[in-house]
Amino acid sequence: MRTSRPARIGQYTALLAYLVFLAFPFLWLLSTAFKPPRELGSLHPTWIPEDPTLGNFRQAFDEQPLLHAALNSLLAALGAAVIAVLIATPMAYVVARRRTRLAKAVTGWVVVSQAFPFVLLIIPLFLVLKNLRLINAVPGLVLVYVVWALPFALWMLAGYVRAVPPELEEAAAVDGAGRVRTLVSVTAPLLAPGIVATGLFAFITAWNEFFFALVLLKTPEKQTLPVVLTHFIGAEGVADLGPLAAAAFLATLPSLVVFALIQRRITGGMLTGAVKS
Amino acid sequence: MTSVTEASPPPPPVRRAGRGPGRERPRKAVDHGAWFLVLPALIPILVLSVGPLLYGVLLAFTDAQSGRTEPTRWIGGLNFQDLLHDTLFWESFRIGLVWAVGVTVPQFLLALGLALLLNQDLRLRWLARALAIVPWAMPEVVVGIMWRLVYNPDAGILNETLRDLGLGSGRDWLSGLATALPAVIVVGVWAGMPQTTVALLAGLQNTPRELHEAAAVDGAGAWRRFRTVTWPALRPIALAITALNLIWNFNSFALVYVLTNGGPGGRTRLPMLFAYEEAFRYGQFGYAAAMGCVMVAVISIALAVFLAGRLRGGDDA
Repeated sequence: MRTSRPARIGQYTALLAYLVFLAFPFLWLLSTAFKPPRELGSLHPTWIPEDPTLGNFRQAFDEQPLLHAALNSLLAALGAAVIAVLIATPMAYVVARRRTRLAKAVTGWVVVSQAFPFVLLIIPLFLVLKNLRLINAVPGLVLVYVVWALPFALWMLAGYVRAVPPELEEAAAVDGAGRVRTLVSVTAPLLAPGIVATGLFAFITAWNEFFFALVLLKTPEKQTLPVVLTHFIGAEGVADLGPLAAAAFLATLPSLVVFALIQRRITGGMLTGAVKS
Repeated sequence: MTSVTEASPPPPPVRRAGRGPGRERPRKAVDHGAWFLVLPALIPILVLSVGPLLYGVLLAFTDAQSGRTEPTRWIGGLNFQDLLHDTLFWESFRIGLVWAVGVTVPQFLLALGLALLLNQDLRLRWLARALAIVPWAMPEVVVGIMWRLVYNPDAGILNETLRDLGLGSGRDWLSGLATALPAVIVVGVWAGMPQTTVALLAGLQNTPRELHEAAAVDGAGAWRRFRTVTWPALRPIALAITALNLIWNFNSFALVYVLTNGGPGGRTRLPMLFAYEEAFRYGQFGYAAAMGCVMVAVISIALAVFLAGRLRGGDDA
């Protein structure tokens, strides 16, 4: 199939437009993060800082407990990702392999849980966690994140399980391997990359989450990065834009790095999950 | 490993035949072991998701408030009666619908265009692919902060560009009564494009290339090829992702909370922001739960209508 020359030019123009639209806000964030206050106050802001500085980063750390918030975020996201994957993998296996009523019910829950507004979930959870004294505590947030990450984790993992041919397991069984042995030495190694990808994805979603953290964490020393970032916002003068941009950029780095690692697998997982169910 | 997990073809069904006794044993074992495998996830789902959701629905029929000493009472449909006359809530509801549709439709069209481009053999494809994913990886709070910097009336790049192009002196986009909602919608479109693009691209890569080439040989133009070959194959994924986008957008919170916090004068106060304030600023748990119920009901009905209409129309496709 050949594409004509004018069509090609049109395609490249469109692609360029997309690139600009997608990239410019992020580039502007970077540019702002490295600008000294004098340039931020200038009436004619430039794309490239004339006198780049790291002062905004220092000021951001001075003004808000960023390191502590990052640690809280890390604990919440790691805890949620590990627990979610540990409990979701066995269930995803059953959902993918068996066409039982239970499997259907779980699939139904995955879909329905997407439609519920978070308020309806967070008010009762807030009351329950309050009784358990888990308000304003990272473990309480981990519990909420686990359940919140489960639907997508189940969806992705079930897709990965379906991609492992049942014939491999049957062959192992014929060769005399027991059920557990088959799962551990045949299925698990084939699933491992998918499990890692799902865990990392759960990590990113928890790292980025804002609403539950806003409701559940009250004191600054317990709060996660996104909540702490919102303390920068408000009646910001132009001079405060620099630290705001610097902190926002730093908070994004972990997600970007992890996402770059698993990008292909996420798209692959969505595909298998979506097409074969 | 990669080839197995990512792109294995469905296993040939032939091999399952004629293996009678060999496959009886493991299958039965799974049935017994299934509950054991499922329980670790099932318990949290029941306790922390299904249970609270039902509890939330029940709360909507009570006068539950935060920090009250008297016991909570059952008040029947009183919350819903109050909601019916709460013009502020319905205004917020209307804004929520405008926002959801206003974000979902451009999101879909732009993502479809980008997915079609990324499916071509273009030179900067890798860069566009990477960039198209970036908004997905960013915390919503950071997306909001980033666009606040873009929209900033003095130090923002948008006004500066407009000044450079001689298109007036710019304005305060997020505080203007007329501009706030459109400005916020643009951010919503930007932030939600990646998921849609990835889903559509996956669908595109599933459409048979040979069909495309055959149609081209038969002299079908680009538009005809899209209508007759690409779209029928893409349709199920397009429907699913659009339905999900509608729900997600209607229920979205963080972006607008950071950008405008519902202002100016409530012009961007999405239903979720409204319910959040009702519950956690004024402590009206029961009333906020009733709002949540109304949101679920309306979204479910809208989705049922949308999907029923689309699926019926697409039976022959």
